[in-house]
Amino acid sequence: MADLLLNLLLSFDATLRVATPLVFCAMAGLFSERSGVIDISLEGKMLAAAFAAASMAAVSGSAWLALGTGILVSICLALLHGFACITHRGDQVVSGVAINILVSGLTVVLGIAWFARGGQTPSVGPEARFTPITLPGAEALADVPVIGALYSELISGHNLLVYVAFAMVPLTWWVVYRTRFGLRLRAVGENPNAVDTAGISVARLRYTAVLCDGVLCGFAGTYLSIAQNAAFVREMTAGQGYIALAALIFGKWRPVPAMLACLMFGFLDAVAIRLQGVEVPVIGPIPVQLIQALPYVLTVVLLAGFIGRAVAPKAIGTPYVKER
Amino acid sequence: MLRKVTAAAAALVVSTTLAPLSTVVAAEVNPAVVFDMGGKFDKSFNEGVFNGVERFKKETGVEYREFEVTNETQREQALRRMAQRGANPVIGVGFAQAPALEKVAKEFPKTRFAIIDAVVDLPNVRSIVFKEHEGSFLVGMIAALKSETGKVGFVGGMDIPLIRKFACGYEQGAKYVSKDTEVVQNMTGTTPAAWNDPTRGSELAKSQFDRGVDVIYAAAGGTGVGVYQTAEDSGKLAIGVDSNQNYLHPGTMLTSMLKRVDVAAYKAFKDAHDDNWTSGIQVLGLAQDGVGWALDEYNKDLITNEMRAKVDQAAADIVAGVIDVHDYMASDSCSY
Repeated sequence: MADLLLNLLLSFDATLRVATPLVFCAMAGLFSERSGVIDISLEGKMLAAAFAAASMAAVSGSAWLALGTGILVSICLALLHGFACITHRGDQVVSGVAINILVSGLTVVLGIAWFARGGQTPSVGPEARFTPITLPGAEALADVPVIGALYSELISGHNLLVYVAFAMVPLTWWVVYRTRFGLRLRAVGENPNAVDTAGISVARLRYTAVLCDGVLCGFAGTYLSIAQNAAFVREMTAGQGYIALAALIFGKWRPVPAMLACLMFGFLDAVAIRLQGVEVPVIGPIPVQLIQALPYVLTVVLLAGFIGRAVAPKAIGTPYVKER
Repeated sequence: MLRKVTAAAAALVVSTTLAPLSTVVAAEVNPAVVFDMGGKFDKSFNEGVFNGVERFKKETGVEYREFEVTNETQREQALRRMAQRGANPVIGVGFAQAPALEKVAKEFPKTRFAIIDAVVDLPNVRSIVFKEHEGSFLVGMIAALKSETGKVGFVGGMDIPLIRKFACGYEQGAKYVSKDTEVVQNMTGTTPAAWNDPTRGSELAKSQFDRGVDVIYAAAGGTGVGVYQTAEDSGKLAIGVDSNQNYLHPGTMLTSMLKRVDVAAYKAFKDAHDDNWTSGIQVLGLAQDGVGWALDEYNKDLITNEMRAKVDQAAADIVAGVIDVHDYMASDSCSY
């Protein structure tokens, strides 16, 4: 029983680690998509940030500089996306896909040119990474039944960026639902004409939204390369940007449900990792393929049966044209 | 389609005109190598080949042509271009180049090709494969000898028979030390993305460490980076693969299973140079020095003399045929 509890706890622990980049990206996508700009380039921005952060960490040895670089690069790409589809009213999906492809190639090319390690960056030491922090009292409380284990195993012992990610959720909620900027952001995604009539610049609002998106993707990428890992590896995002996008839609473009969806994906992944090769009574060892299909099967089941219709912001995907 | 046909026709013309020419200057070989994705400085497979061909260049003074493939579609083009330019022999690196090499080798029957890590059954191709199970057996022994918990782990990349072969050899080695050794095996995924997913590698490693494993052998390409890092972060041990990766994390890397691709590449060029070329399948195992385990200044403190003696004894037994390491790919199962 205690063993099972510990196993469950460890799975939850892994869930938080795996879900962190998803949460960052889902919140990033939320800003952008709520303003009416589809962002399929979460993946690309995250990958670029991961590469930039790992390179900077390798060169400078400072985690904070690396975080800054990651965010900066991600912002540049977000602005590029904005320039293509806000200023020039290009197709938002095409621009996003272009960024993904660009980054996927560019990171490897630059990686080979700078570090000559087949697209990898050198691994960095603990001083250039965000390492796990033990929260105050975790050691002291560890022996207290239930709460102690919960606190010391689950809540304590993550790196700073994990806490930042989960702090971003209430922050995003507050910004989107409780500030003037948030009201306008939602309005511009639903009915940009009305916002424009009120004398507020649609383009400016949308640019601000993609900027927020860029910053958050920068966090996600930095987390991947120098908090969760210690180096950049080509294509290391492994489709997580798309999963975050799915989580966002799952959560109907709202912060808390989107986070829950991220946690669900993270949990399924963590369980999949832990179930692999474990002998289950009656069935025997579970095949890898089945375990890996599990998150997707569940997604389909949940989408079909429980979530209900996800209604996107009304003006999503359509560039704003002032006059016709 | 038309373009393809004309290209093939052009290739044929070139091959028929060039081939006699190249046999005339056969004593002076014109070797070429096509590195696979990752590039010649990948600290792993390709770099091994690079070291081998560099050694050839240094010893003989013969220059070689080279190309680094950066995406899947370039493999065939690069191989064909080499053959068209009269390169002979041409080395293709890695099993991923096998289909492309097979196609090109048919178009240029007079050019000699070598493929490392795959089998292409053509009269002008030398296929070099390794007995990874023998090398894995030895590192499995080292893992089991070093483990304090009696549990050792394996993290594979993509779930393909080749990687199962590594796992199976490793398991046999670990169980050879003690029947009670528990071997926890995980595969990263079932798509090529599984070769480049350090995050998942790190999570798999964490889950194995949580289950009491204290040494993990990773045969997973870029995914292994995550495994090794997690091993260092958790104060546990890891085993590298393909080339000597001990230097990556001194004190954490217990050893590395070596595939001597440098020897294979060097020999391919050298044999052509000395007019000793043979086509067909070459299987390099412990006996041919084609596989092995790494011992250097980075891991010498982790390996005791006693461990070393036991492993060397087992290696000698394998070479002598006393120990028969089962090859997963021979029966598609790990029953031994």
